Amino acid sequence: MYGNLKQFQTNNMAIISELLFSVVTIIALFLFSKQLLAIKRNIAIGKEVNLSDQPGKRWKHVLFLALGQKKMFRNPLVAILHIIVYVGFIIINIELLEIIVDGITGNHRLFSHFLGSFYDFLINSFEILAALVLIACIVFFSRRNIVRLKRFISKDLKGWPRSDANAILIAEIVLMSLFLIMNAADTKSSFIISSHIQPLLKEFSETQLSIIEHSAWWLHILGIYAFMNYLPYSKHLHIILAFPNAYYASLLPKGQMHNMVSIQNEVLYAMQPALAPTNAAAPEKFGAKDVMDLSWKNLMDAYSCTECGRCSEACPSNTTGKLLSPRKIMMATRDRLEEVGKNIDKNNTFLDDGKSLLHDYISVEELRACTTCNACVEECPVSISPLDIIIELRRSLIMEESNAPSEWNGMFSNIENNFAPWKFAPDDRDAWTAQS
Amino acid sequence: MKVNTMAEFMARGEQPEVLFWVGCAGSFDQRAQKITRAFATILDKAGVSYAILGKEEACTGDPARRAGNEFMFQMMAYQNIQILNGYGIKKIVTTCPHCFNTLKNEYPVLGGVYDVIHHTTFLQELIEQGKIKFTDSNEWKGKSISYHDSCYLGRANEIYEAPRKVLESLDMELREMKRCKSKGLCCGAGGAQMFKEEEKGEKRINAERADEAIETKADFVASACPFCNTMLSDGIKNREEQVNMEVLDIAEIIAKAIA
Repeated sequence: MYGNLKQFQTNNMAIISELLFSVVTIIALFLFSKQLLAIKRNIAIGKEVNLSDQPGKRWKHVLFLALGQKKMFRNPLVAILHIIVYVGFIIINIELLEIIVDGITGNHRLFSHFLGSFYDFLINSFEILAALVLIACIVFFSRRNIVRLKRFISKDLKGWPRSDANAILIAEIVLMSLFLIMNAADTKSSFIISSHIQPLLKEFSETQLSIIEHSAWWLHILGIYAFMNYLPYSKHLHIILAFPNAYYASLLPKGQMHNMVSIQNEVLYAMQPALAPTNAAAPEKFGAKDVMDLSWKNLMDAYSCTECGRCSEACPSNTTGKLLSPRKIMMATRDRLEEVGKNIDKNNTFLDDGKSLLHDYISVEELRACTTCNACVEECPVSISPLDIIIELRRSLIMEESNAPSEWNGMFSNIENNFAPWKFAPDDRDAWTAQS
Repeated sequence: MKVNTMAEFMARGEQPEVLFWVGCAGSFDQRAQKITRAFATILDKAGVSYAILGKEEACTGDPARRAGNEFMFQMMAYQNIQILNGYGIKKIVTTCPHCFNTLKNEYPVLGGVYDVIHHTTFLQELIEQGKIKFTDSNEWKGKSISYHDSCYLGRANEIYEAPRKVLESLDMELREMKRCKSKGLCCGAGGAQMFKEEEKGEKRINAERADEAIETKADFVASACPFCNTMLSDGIKNREEQVNMEVLDIAEIIAKAIA
């Protein structure tokens, strides 16, 4: 199988290549795990919340929302393109296994020895998928840069986020091309797509072809390693976090806000002082001012966000020109969390940097524009709740800073004094029965 | 009209089948009072034994909680639950999706556990059970109508079908807006927005929704929430070009068709 190719290589060269490959693989995996652990640590900065009840329902979410990409099918055409890229990406990476084994052992297409004609079937399927991924990525790239869909040209994505999205698409296009070129340059084999590229390579000598094949092979695997290590910095992290995020997604009706037990008890003790414990704990902070006041799920949401903008496209405030953008809420949370993480890395513990998520990253005007309509939560393909963060920040604004528009202060005092948000006499509550 | 309060039932040593939770809008807002009376009329005609809390009812705390004022919410919840539990309430029907959501989803963890039902679901049940009968020539027959999903009924609690089925039972032609059901566009009132000026932007949310409703060219718009009703009515009224499109609550529509 290795035949002629082997004659062009000295044994020494092969050993160096194998060694080099092993070292690169170990470094790539080491760096990647280090980054994943750093993200895990950052998520753990968030407050504890128990989200492991009803595992049956949660696994169902993983199956339908993450694996089945149910929400994507709200637009079937895009869903199919996305699923091609996703399935293609995963399945073609099975081929990666062979590439790694080949690389470490100095073999060539090792799996073909065991799999026989099934091997050809596999590689043919991979090639078809690779071609489809290539096409889908070109379509996605043009949706962003030529068709310029509204949610992609939004100011939310100004700068790095826009380059990030394009970099990923270009990387996928290059990786898929390398895979096909690699197979085409392997003149001993003929596969369904790459065989059509082979005529273009006719002019090359066998030595040159071997160099092309090996270069494509190396670039492909190095590209994959680079991509893997790029993930933690990228919106593309959703390919990993969509799964745990679906598992830990809220199982409550969307309209249900989470209860603040500390305040519930405080009201209870005010009403029934006999129930108050003698050693009452010091009052905690109300709501969230910064990322450490949010729950770890809120923080995982931030890392899972793929910045697609379906939330903001559905947001009644955003689409009518208000400052609020649920996508920006998630991006700001991640940015601030990264900053807090770096602060902790540097100082071993978080040292006050005079900044906070509220005000420095997310403004009062944004928070005030939310109608709590849940459209953003409904749309999110990766089970994020921007609303949860908005509410926690609003709680901090009202209860820590007494920062409310005057109309809301009026509403609060009406509720307190008249038991209705408007200034009507409680005695008139049943006045409607008096008229026919 | 004569509506019994829980206190009156209690004095007679009786318990009504269901408590009608009127809500602040339904109690005080002139437009919403019509919806309240329409629903009470239906309950009377359908022979449902019901009561209201009357002067003992208070805001559920929904707008305070959504604005961020958890203290106020907890205080209102505490008082309401004391009263509801004191009367031994088992079942509650309400014409307001915000009250519905709070009573149904947020009171149980605070000790207020009731079977809470929105009036559109209740009406659908009454129709199915044959307790509501329509006149042979109901005035809605063949008229077209567009139903606006309330966020707190739809996405928040996944009630999309009941209000639509009620309208269909009147042989009305249902015309969906561009954004409906789980994609429905908010009227702009939720999250305590009803009680403050909208943040600055290019367009008001209720104007956007009103435009979508008008695009359907339906004869009427149906709502199932007193706040949506106000927002949409204002949105339609404030347009430059005059449009004659009335926003009616599902209860008002049924009340007019009932035998």
